[in-house]
Amino acid sequence: MSVIFKKIQQDIDENPIVLYMKGTKTVPQCGFSAILVQILTQLGLDFKAVNVLVDQELRQAIKDFSNWPTIPQLYIKGEFIGGCDIVREMFQSGELQALLKEKNLLD
Amino acid sequence: MPVPKQVIQDLLALSFPNDQITLRDFAGDADHYAITIVSSRFEGMSRLQRHQMVYKALSEKMIELHALSLKTLTPQEAMRE
Repeated sequence: MSVIFKKIQQDIDENPIVLYMKGTKTVPQCGFSAILVQILTQLGLDFKAVNVLVDQELRQAIKDFSNWPTIPQLYIKGEFIGGCDIVREMFQSGELQALLKEKNLLD
Repeated sequence: MPVPKQVIQDLLALSFPNDQITLRDFAGDADHYAITIVSSRFEGMSRLQRHQMVYKALSEKMIELHALSLKTLTPQEAMRE
């Protein structure tokens, strides 16, 4: 496994919720990334935000790693959940909250 | 990078023949598209799998587009909306 893949694997193993996004939690640089930050924040969740804009290698690597062509990307307990559209639908239907409860990340 | 609406429409029609495909250029710059596809091909597929199918249909054009919003529904799900 390449160095950067190892780094990604480590991040998603060591942090229960990881959001690969454009920009930062406080200053998202893309509408879709901002929506995911808002959803996670609204649920009161602690999460690690990784800004792919500051690392071109990571920006491409995460797409290869997840086999998913776009950013943002949400990982929960090491599992790829999806991008903005999927997570937003899951949030609106309550599926996201149910998943988080199942993983003991939400009360 | 802008991609003409017709190019995307044609690519999607290749993978989803006879399905309902709606394409909206939501920023008016041919670089941000909202796509809705209603297809019975999605039955039994998770959201991740459905989106993967659409991404595969668009393949290298994906790299060129700035933003893409996807809605993937089966005919029954579309009726409930």
